[in-house]
Amino acid sequence: MSLGSSMRPCGDFRTTYASDMTIFATPVTRYLAIAFIIALLFVPLFGSPYMLNLMIQIGYYGIAALGLNLVVGFTGQISLGHSAFFGFGAFASAWLNNAFGVPVFFAIPLAGCLTMLIGLFVGIPAGRIKGLYLAIATLASQFILEDFFARANWFTGGSAGAMAEYLTIFGYTFDTDQSYFYVVLFYVVLMFTFTSNLIRSRDGRALIAVRDHYLSAEIMGINLTWYRVMSFGLSALYAGIGGALFGHYLGFVSVEGFTIILSIQFLAMIIIGGLGSIYGTILGVIFMVLLPEVMEWSVHLFSASMPELIQSLAYIKEMAIGLAIILFLIFEPEGLAHRWQRIKTYWKLYPFSY
Amino acid sequence: MSDHAALLQVENLSLAFGGVKALQGVSFNVEAGELFSIIGPNGAGKTSMLNCISGRYHPQVGEIRFRGGEITQLKPNQRCNLGIGRTFQNLALFNHMSVLDNIMVGRHHLLKNNFLTGGLYWLTGARREELEHRRQVEEIIDFLEITHIRKAQAGTLSYGLRKRVELARAVALKPDLILLDEPMAGMNHEEKEDMARYIIDLNEEWGMTVVMIEHDMGVVMDLSHRVMVLDFGKRIAEGLPDEILDNELVKKAYLGEEDDALAEDVAAGEVA
Repeated sequence: MSLGSSMRPCGDFRTTYASDMTIFATPVTRYLAIAFIIALLFVPLFGSPYMLNLMIQIGYYGIAALGLNLVVGFTGQISLGHSAFFGFGAFASAWLNNAFGVPVFFAIPLAGCLTMLIGLFVGIPAGRIKGLYLAIATLASQFILEDFFARANWFTGGSAGAMAEYLTIFGYTFDTDQSYFYVVLFYVVLMFTFTSNLIRSRDGRALIAVRDHYLSAEIMGINLTWYRVMSFGLSALYAGIGGALFGHYLGFVSVEGFTIILSIQFLAMIIIGGLGSIYGTILGVIFMVLLPEVMEWSVHLFSASMPELIQSLAYIKEMAIGLAIILFLIFEPEGLAHRWQRIKTYWKLYPFSY
Repeated sequence: MSDHAALLQVENLSLAFGGVKALQGVSFNVEAGELFSIIGPNGAGKTSMLNCISGRYHPQVGEIRFRGGEITQLKPNQRCNLGIGRTFQNLALFNHMSVLDNIMVGRHHLLKNNFLTGGLYWLTGARREELEHRRQVEEIIDFLEITHIRKAQAGTLSYGLRKRVELARAVALKPDLILLDEPMAGMNHEEKEDMARYIIDLNEEWGMTVVMIEHDMGVVMDLSHRVMVLDFGKRIAEGLPDEILDNELVKKAYLGEEDDALAEDVAAGEVA
């Protein structure tokens, strides 16, 4: 692409600055996105529970992964403790509801805020250290929080786990996949819109500036310590909300779910989707949620000829995730978002390559 | 602040990295509205001086005062809020952001929206604020003639253009004092002429006080109101451009000594 060229269609002239600062590149993409969300509203009417379950998973993992992308992709810091924040959000929401009778409706955002406080605290080392050292510090927070979940009976119910009530608004209980889908969809739209706005305003730019060149960011008046720590707080906020949605969906939160494996999976989601890309995040989450399912389908497909495959299904799923990460790092390190961009460019410029 | 206090006062500044004395007891003043150049051979401590003023280095000895207030121990981002902006010798743009966003980062300390109000964008007035600053940033883009690349990714630009974007970003800070570290290094003749014009305009029309490091003597002597010469961390001369051109110590620093006897003569006789 030449200097300053964008993939704007010809004839699309902007006459106001406002029209040049929109989230979506063109009105058409905006209407398409809105149409897509409206189409999603109808999914519960005819979607199978299996499909809805997958989409709900994509929703709450997507919110949490978006938070991780803020800290890793946009601010350029490594975090290996994201699943602990996710778990903290799930427990905090259940705890607020069980111990204080806070309605679930309020407990979910409150759990997000509590998790944010934890994130800010865990993020304090980020004000001073970078790279591998920060990775180890966040790893420590992962294990400390995991241990805390196992021991803090008052908070998590210990090894027995915690019951999480279903969300109830005005007497209506969201206890089915069909109804809960709308709750998750609401939060997904809310958090993704919030993030899109954040990235195109002052603090979002500051986060990216810290990633790209922290020394000149500081000269530009950006308080490095504050933004480094705050990006952890923000990422924890997202993870907390995602975790709370997860908890109230399953109805039960147990300690075992929030291990380092899940943290790595969150990282895999954003690497595969595209670091520093908002819609890439959701692409990566879709990929990571569907990958084990695709593996399962294909194993069942081949099981007629190779019946022993079924027994190794669990391993095949794990290996597929590992393989996907490696292949993406080699062939598309900038993720699905970048690949999508390339495909769009290809068709726009066809039959030329420039 | 008294009427006679200079905008920037540097007093007896010394900076050492272990045994290497980068700056030794350097003092100078820059008056408001001045275009002040610092020159000197490689390794003379020019960039170290700029880094001390902008806050990347903290000198061991000495004081820096800006508008009469001491800033020696302030962090770089605090100095930016006071009205000091700078560009870098080796490009320091945010390579993955667009040119426009790079310059908008310069407005950081002037914008008020935070992560919460920014995230809610339409509801909190953040949109109005961003639009207002976008308009002002477009004026800078116009002035520096980079309209055609405003949407380009900064990392993909040519060297000369990147230098210009860096200048735009520093101007966006609305500084009273702008520090330019070799604004013309690596540029061709035409780009240098453009840059010289921008610097003069910034100084005369935008009312910014400029402190510039530059190696191109033609540019320095034509543009500067006053020039200071550093050599091995010491100030060896300061004065009007013509005086500097005639200064034997300066010639010696740049061209080397022919023999010791002459150098002693010069040191004893000519320099006050």
